Amino acid sequence: MNSLASHLPILPVLLPLLAGIVLLALRNAPSGLQRGLALAATLALIPLAGALLAAAGSDGPLVYRLGDWEAPFGIVLVADRLAAWMLMVTALVAAFALLHAFRGTDTAGRHFHVLYQLQLFGLNGAFLTGDLFNLFVFFEILLLASYGLLLHGGGRLRVKAGLHFVVINLVGSTLFLFAVSTLYGVTGTLNMADLAVKLAQTPPENLALVETAGLLLFGVFALKAALLPLHLWLPAAYGQTSAPVAALFAIMTKVGTYSILRIYSLMFGADGGPVANLLAGWLMPLALATLAIGMLGAVAAPTLRQQIAYLVVSSVGTLLAAFALASTEGIAAGLYYLPHTTLGTAAAFLLADPIVRARGAHADRLESGPPMPGAPVLGALFFIAAIALAGLPPLSGFLGKFMLLRAALESPWLDWVWGVVLTAGLVGVIALARSGSLLFYRTLSSDENLPVPRATDWLPAAALLGTLLGMTVWAGPLARYADATAVQLLTPQTYIDAVLGPRP
Amino acid sequence: MEALVALVIGTLTACGVYLTLRGQTFPVVLGLTFLSYAVNLFIFVMGRLAVGMPPVISSVASGYTDPLPQALVLTAIVISFGMTAFVIVLALKARAELGNDHVDGLNREEDAPR
Repeated sequence: MNSLASHLPILPVLLPLLAGIVLLALRNAPSGLQRGLALAATLALIPLAGALLAAAGSDGPLVYRLGDWEAPFGIVLVADRLAAWMLMVTALVAAFALLHAFRGTDTAGRHFHVLYQLQLFGLNGAFLTGDLFNLFVFFEILLLASYGLLLHGGGRLRVKAGLHFVVINLVGSTLFLFAVSTLYGVTGTLNMADLAVKLAQTPPENLALVETAGLLLFGVFALKAALLPLHLWLPAAYGQTSAPVAALFAIMTKVGTYSILRIYSLMFGADGGPVANLLAGWLMPLALATLAIGMLGAVAAPTLRQQIAYLVVSSVGTLLAAFALASTEGIAAGLYYLPHTTLGTAAAFLLADPIVRARGAHADRLESGPPMPGAPVLGALFFIAAIALAGLPPLSGFLGKFMLLRAALESPWLDWVWGVVLTAGLVGVIALARSGSLLFYRTLSSDENLPVPRATDWLPAAALLGTLLGMTVWAGPLARYADATAVQLLTPQTYIDAVLGPRP
Repeated sequence: MEALVALVIGTLTACGVYLTLRGQTFPVVLGLTFLSYAVNLFIFVMGRLAVGMPPVISSVASGYTDPLPQALVLTAIVISFGMTAFVIVLALKARAELGNDHVDGLNREEDAPR
């Protein structure tokens, strides 16, 4: 256990933490040094996630015992295929959003880079931890950092949206603690693998308690994921904050979806004995309703950034609909769609920033404005982003939706899934076509002197859209990885054996 | 003793929920504080109530009480303390920036959707 390779699973957690502390100490250093350090720490997460993806793909789940305490007595980090997949998405989004922040967001207030690194610390920890209480702690870390980032730069509307976001998340944290401690009170453990074993043997007299705790947890994760009817906080918060932060927050709702997938496949999945398939009746209707409401919100949104925020809501609906199918094909479709929608919405948020700037006083209100300087470039990028978000061919969103529709063929929800997903896709096309034509075609003549966007304004967004192109070209290998991930999730015994079984 | 503790937790939670749903930021902050008190007690009680037992296995004592919830509740107290401090500062900032202490910062024309 001495080689560096055996410590691989904890590096994505330690690196942002250390970088955050160093950046805090360097808070008065020249901004070039801070930027360089922050960028290096963020970029380093990509090869780390890549190494974890490769290791988790070849050797099964990697288990890291903190302090070398045996599970379930010590806390473990578990890097299985799903965790590595999520780490990679986080690392990619974070790198490009940070590059965009160098345009000036980071110097609009204090401690941007510190908060950014701590946010990554919380995100990576939440994806890697194998302990339920530890998951709570990482949730709090990423939330506290996100409060700071959300409010970064200040402003009246931002403070107002931030207050709602903070209060609703604090209530969510309280519910999380109630649920976790009920589970501990019944089973006497917090290790997720051990919980899975213990919950499968729940005696009938404790069943009601365990189910209450399980559904309470679902409520908490649904709040984080912005699932209907707990999605109302999202459009205001994401629509008001700065572009790089909104782009990074594209991954935050995915923490909720990740937790739902993890907890309800491992602890309340098909092998759960008396608590098996706890969410069976809940998840699919809620997911489809979220998808529908998100798309309707996107049509009705008065501003571009709110429209993108509603598209985040609808993407959560699509993802959870795929996970609710609870089949290998369904989960694989969701896992392939997840990076696509995260990177796509992040790119859209980054792109909205130069568009807003180039429209002068009209900002991001969806109405005819003066002709935009640099419209050919911004318009072309907006067109590509719109294709990606609406799930049209040839980009990866279409492949993800196609996989989802094909996976639903065998499901009793077939009519609903096809009906809602296809209609929502059409509504999404209408919404994005409307905003595209309002922003770029139906312009008013004006002699306002607007700033011409520089290449650095749109390059990070363009690069994110480029990763979508990569996802389309390498769809085969990615879909195979997603498929193997789904198989691993549907056989929770692999996870349990890796954590609780004898050491290799 | 169990019934008493359960009643206390229930009352704290009820007060917390009521206050959190109020329209002014100060009662909301108080409500969040009450909720965190309730949940901290709840975590603590999940290790079962015991009187005069050490939290370690000892040859002189007749039994032991579960030390883990005590560790968990410490973590939860620290986190909820930090969060409360943060939300108070944020509420003050909202009061200063929005001009009133309503959670929606109402009655300012420039916030109306245009």
